[in-house]
Amino acid sequence: MTQDVQSNDFIALADIALDNDDLQHAIGEGTRTAYYRRLDTMFAHSGEHGEFMRQQAAEAKRRALRELPDLLEKAERNLQKNGYQVEWAEDAAQANQLVLDIARRHQVHTVTKSKSMLTEELGTNHAMEKAGLHVVETDLGEYIIQLAGETPSHIVGPVMHKTKSEIRDVFVRELDMQPTDNAEEMVAFARRMLREDFLSADMGISGGNFLIAETGSIGLVMNEGNGRMCTSLPRVHVALVGIEKIVDTVEDYITLTQVLPSSSTGQKMTVYTNILNGPSHADEDDGPEHAYVILVDNGRSDIYATKYAEVLSCIRCGACQNACPVYRTMGGHAYGWVYGGPIGAVLTPLFVGLENATPLPHASSLCGSCKQVCPVDIDLPRMLLDLRWDLVREGESKAGWDAAMKMWAIGMTSPTRFALGGKAARAGQAIMGDYMPGVLGNWSKHRDFPEFAPKPFRQLWRERAPTLNPGPPRSPASRGKLPIKREGLS
Amino acid sequence: MALPARESPIGKRVSLFVTCIVDMIYPETGMSVVDILEHVGVPVNFPPDQTCCAQPAFNSGYRDEARTVAAHFFKAFKDAEVIVTPSGSCAAMVRHEYPHLFAPEDGEPYEQAQRAASITWEFSEFLVDGLGMANLNLALPDKQTFAMHDACHGLRGLGLGRASRDLLAHLGNAELRELNECEVCCGFGGLFSVKMPDISNAMLSNKIDNINASAADTIVTGDVSCLTQMNGGLSRNKSGKRVVHLADVLAQGLGGERA
Repeated sequence: MTQDVQSNDFIALADIALDNDDLQHAIGEGTRTAYYRRLDTMFAHSGEHGEFMRQQAAEAKRRALRELPDLLEKAERNLQKNGYQVEWAEDAAQANQLVLDIARRHQVHTVTKSKSMLTEELGTNHAMEKAGLHVVETDLGEYIIQLAGETPSHIVGPVMHKTKSEIRDVFVRELDMQPTDNAEEMVAFARRMLREDFLSADMGISGGNFLIAETGSIGLVMNEGNGRMCTSLPRVHVALVGIEKIVDTVEDYITLTQVLPSSSTGQKMTVYTNILNGPSHADEDDGPEHAYVILVDNGRSDIYATKYAEVLSCIRCGACQNACPVYRTMGGHAYGWVYGGPIGAVLTPLFVGLENATPLPHASSLCGSCKQVCPVDIDLPRMLLDLRWDLVREGESKAGWDAAMKMWAIGMTSPTRFALGGKAARAGQAIMGDYMPGVLGNWSKHRDFPEFAPKPFRQLWRERAPTLNPGPPRSPASRGKLPIKREGLS
Repeated sequence: MALPARESPIGKRVSLFVTCIVDMIYPETGMSVVDILEHVGVPVNFPPDQTCCAQPAFNSGYRDEARTVAAHFFKAFKDAEVIVTPSGSCAAMVRHEYPHLFAPEDGEPYEQAQRAASITWEFSEFLVDGLGMANLNLALPDKQTFAMHDACHGLRGLGLGRASRDLLAHLGNAELRELNECEVCCGFGGLFSVKMPDISNAMLSNKIDNINASAADTIVTGDVSCLTQMNGGLSRNKSGKRVVHLADVLAQGLGGERA
């Protein structure tokens, strides 16, 4: 685990993001744009059609997970048939060592890299740089992130947290770009810079959006074409692929490459949808001389053995981040590790240990948007609820809550105690006003609290003749004021 | 996501689950529910032992405490044929979570959980989908404009949203307007609002901006918990707009009939 885990500082990190107006603006706009584009594309034909696609994609991934061990063996055999050299890595250290060994074997000095969240998990760039290799991220967003010395804040749009002028400043500072606010000029500038790296690289590193077992192929989708350059121009290609990326058939791949871009950026298809089949074969003029696939576990088989196994269906589309009202307020860095948003709130505790990410299961209002937009129908809210349960069982719940919840349950299992509690709350409010004890005081930080009613419903009901035994009609005055006219909220 | 088809509640004895917040803070809303149900000819019964659906404990990970309180719910509603509640969130707790809270090997509580889930209806859903009544023959005394805020658990948990709008569409003198991002969470999330107050407030601020920008005078919702969050923020921010529970809006249409 090479990227530092700061997830226990979630609340403090969130406050930093909440105070950053540029970030607020950039994330707010970026997530909403993607969210609405998704709706337009995913449901272009009809609601039923979009939902059907989603269920079909979910089933393709669930089927692959059910057969994971067999499919991995099948994939290995077929990858080898295509000329890939297949390696297995149990953790980050092994994976990075394999990359370095390959680089040494082929006298590699310079490396171009296409976007891969897995390598963020593994800290592969850091390991390569430490070994003296020159590494260049070639996805535009990742390129900016690398120059700025940051980490991605969004799975698909790693630089979503930055405004255009912040990006300009990075290019000016790090690459001596002539200052411009024209986005096209900035892109053209980056393109010129990257072109030289593409042409001179000894080795290209990619991830793999999917690993197709029946054909032994790597499925790779992208919009910028940089991934093609990384996987075809250098002498050596290394694909680092998480073991959960497997799908059985090309048909499944086609299903998933429809829901992935629809869910992610609202595109019907990515600009480039690739199926890679190994190194340059005898009858081919171009392509890498050597091609490797490193199948990485790094905690995945541990997750596979738990009730959270289905989270391994995730195809890293970022739709849950775009839809999440919590993520929309602060972006991904506050989550304190590689993955932000609802998927990060589930994945991070599973990868780094619940005790190292105790706030994350609570970093959600459980609004359900993440589940609604997930192209593979992962029940993220249920997983967050289960993780909260795990927190309590493992004694990681914040001090005070255990006792408070026990007291609460005692109060809620008797109508007499419930009514007494209500009376106490009313009396307390009369004396204390807006002050609320303990963590409840956090309410009044930003919000007024309504007044407890002088008479609770159960009393009004008792005073009113029951329906089944009608008594005298109630006068309108006995009903009290409607909340629409209530002054109690001020 | 689709919930199993349910038995029609028509002609069944209706027990009101008023919810703990309505009981203590918004009893008038509970009375509005009763008035509307009686207006459409449904006699209401209020099981006096009821307290809370157990959601605060369940959502905090305190499953043992949640089970204890859920068991109390079963006891309080043991004679109920149909349970109606003015909260999408509490209805979702009973319908979605109770069946997960107990396992088949738990025996009786498991059966009770399944039964509670199968007979519980959210207020607007009960009227429109259960009784098949969107037009309640009600009219407000004066023209008013409304916009819906779709509370999360009702919308995404129970597939509500249409029912409330149908009821408002048939309410005389009520005009529906848009609320931008009406399907986005207000930031309440139960204890989330006090565990992560600053994030909750950032979400609330966004909601308040949208409410203030809406052409509607009044925002209507189906959950008093979300209403408390939104009105707490609107009041703090000196906005003139307020959020009102659907039952209270409909009850205003009872006019002289209300007594």
